[in-house]
Amino acid sequence: MSKNWTISSVREAIAGKKTSAREMAAEYYRRIAGQNSKLNAFLTLCERRAYAQADRIDALLAAGKPLPPLAGVPIAIKDVISTREVRTTCGSKILSNYIPPYDATAVLRLEAAGAVILGKTNCDEFAMGSSNENSAYGPVQNPVAPGCVPGGSSGGSAAVVAADLAVAALGTDTGGSIRQPGGFCGIPAMMGSYGRVSRYGLIAFASSLDRIGPFARTVADVAKVLQIIAGRDPQDSTSTTTPVEDYSAALNKPVKGLRIGISKQYFAAGMDEGVRKKIAAGIELYKKLGCEIVDIEMPHTDYAIATYYIIATAEASSNLARYDGVRFGPRVEGDTLIAMYRKTRGAGFGSEVKRRIVLGTYVLSAGYYDAYYLKGQKVRALIAHDFRKAFEKVDAIVTPTSPVPPFRLGERVNDPLQMYLADIYTVTGSLAGLPGISVPCGRIAGKLPVGLQIFGPAFGEARVLQLAHAFEQAGGATV
Amino acid sequence: MRVADLAYLDLSEAELETYRAQIDEILEYIGKLNELDTSKVEPMAQVLSDDQTADATLREDLVVPSAVAEDVLKQAPDAEPPYFRVPKVIER
Repeated sequence: MSKNWTISSVREAIAGKKTSAREMAAEYYRRIAGQNSKLNAFLTLCERRAYAQADRIDALLAAGKPLPPLAGVPIAIKDVISTREVRTTCGSKILSNYIPPYDATAVLRLEAAGAVILGKTNCDEFAMGSSNENSAYGPVQNPVAPGCVPGGSSGGSAAVVAADLAVAALGTDTGGSIRQPGGFCGIPAMMGSYGRVSRYGLIAFASSLDRIGPFARTVADVAKVLQIIAGRDPQDSTSTTTPVEDYSAALNKPVKGLRIGISKQYFAAGMDEGVRKKIAAGIELYKKLGCEIVDIEMPHTDYAIATYYIIATAEASSNLARYDGVRFGPRVEGDTLIAMYRKTRGAGFGSEVKRRIVLGTYVLSAGYYDAYYLKGQKVRALIAHDFRKAFEKVDAIVTPTSPVPPFRLGERVNDPLQMYLADIYTVTGSLAGLPGISVPCGRIAGKLPVGLQIFGPAFGEARVLQLAHAFEQAGGATV
Repeated sequence: MRVADLAYLDLSEAELETYRAQIDEILEYIGKLNELDTSKVEPMAQVLSDDQTADATLREDLVVPSAVAEDVLKQAPDAEPPYFRVPKVIER
């Protein structure tokens, strides 16, 4: 079988009876068996569920019925997204044996569209991390930059798509956890606007920031997956009724004359020179495509990481209160209820999660709330205002996805602040609730992938995808 | 660290020491927010604007079937259906 399947080629091969959905799933499980011990990207496989779904697709075809849009497409799901009767660990020991009794809406929608769910991917514990080194189940290898991290927290989802172990994958993004690993693994990866995709069944980290979004090998495939999972869900009161645009139809619209904002605040000191050069070449490519490059000011960019680590940790300390040894996960016994809580949580959480719970509890505690949490919410408003002002003048904003290329495994694990600063250019859009994509923008010395990030205004997913597609088609991956 | 008590989190002496240093460093970094005058800024308590909020009108309060209690209890480390069992909390 050819190696690089896309959604449309899988669908055509099945429709044309060149292969079956069952054989397609089997092919992907063979690839996984060959590579996963090295990559550590899948935590759990769900063959029974996958083959049952594949057989349904094959039966549709045999009965002469029309095939749904993702018919037979093998897809992987990050392990913070609930899958009924399939173990979901969040990369944590505290959920090592957790079997969700229901499916996330995004998963149900993918399966209703014909997708075959292969299994669950490794990630930083509760999606807290930028390198996938915070997983209780070991780090993931970057398949395109050996010895390097795949990025995080959705490192497993990025790695399985980059290594051709799935045609697409779902990840989650709270401060950069889709876009940064997409950039590090050299594939397109997108988060829609806050409220665009239902989060029902997503195990919460920071509720005012968390979003579900796709990884794929092409922007066209990212658009197809987002199309399926986007839209109002009565089960999630934060999902909106704002109409979902036709993303695939937007891809080939001309980009000539579109205004792209570039802010010097996204090219600050400390940025890797190799990244700087590739992004400059990417901007040149947009000029060649006829886009107008406009200088914009984003004065509060430098405050985004500080703001993010107040808000995200505060929300995490609250969301993670539910892991108490009562309803799920292993329990460590204690003499009293409180002792049981304390021991269970102390033993079940890893060090980054505990660090963030402590920080989040601190910024919310009496006497510090105004100085930290309220201050953070105010600066968040200023960051969102920067974007609103900018979008009065431009159609999209282009930045580096990360200030650095993929770093070596182990290089940053002992310095949490340095690790946090790797997200400096992604957290801004997270705080403002805007859609963002990372697209491949060349490789440093032909090896280390660089990601170019495109932000659009709220619910401007179609515009973001259009610009990303034009960049990819013009050879952005090899600038 | 009193906050570890507030968070019901047992931490070892070694963990406490590491976290204390790391969190001091992070809080110092966060202190840069004080460079900004935010006295006239409204806090951003909500991400979606009013016209994007789906639940601007409340849904009807209807009873819908939800027969998941058995599946949920199966996940508990110590359950005696229909209850979760925990260490004694009330002294007689």
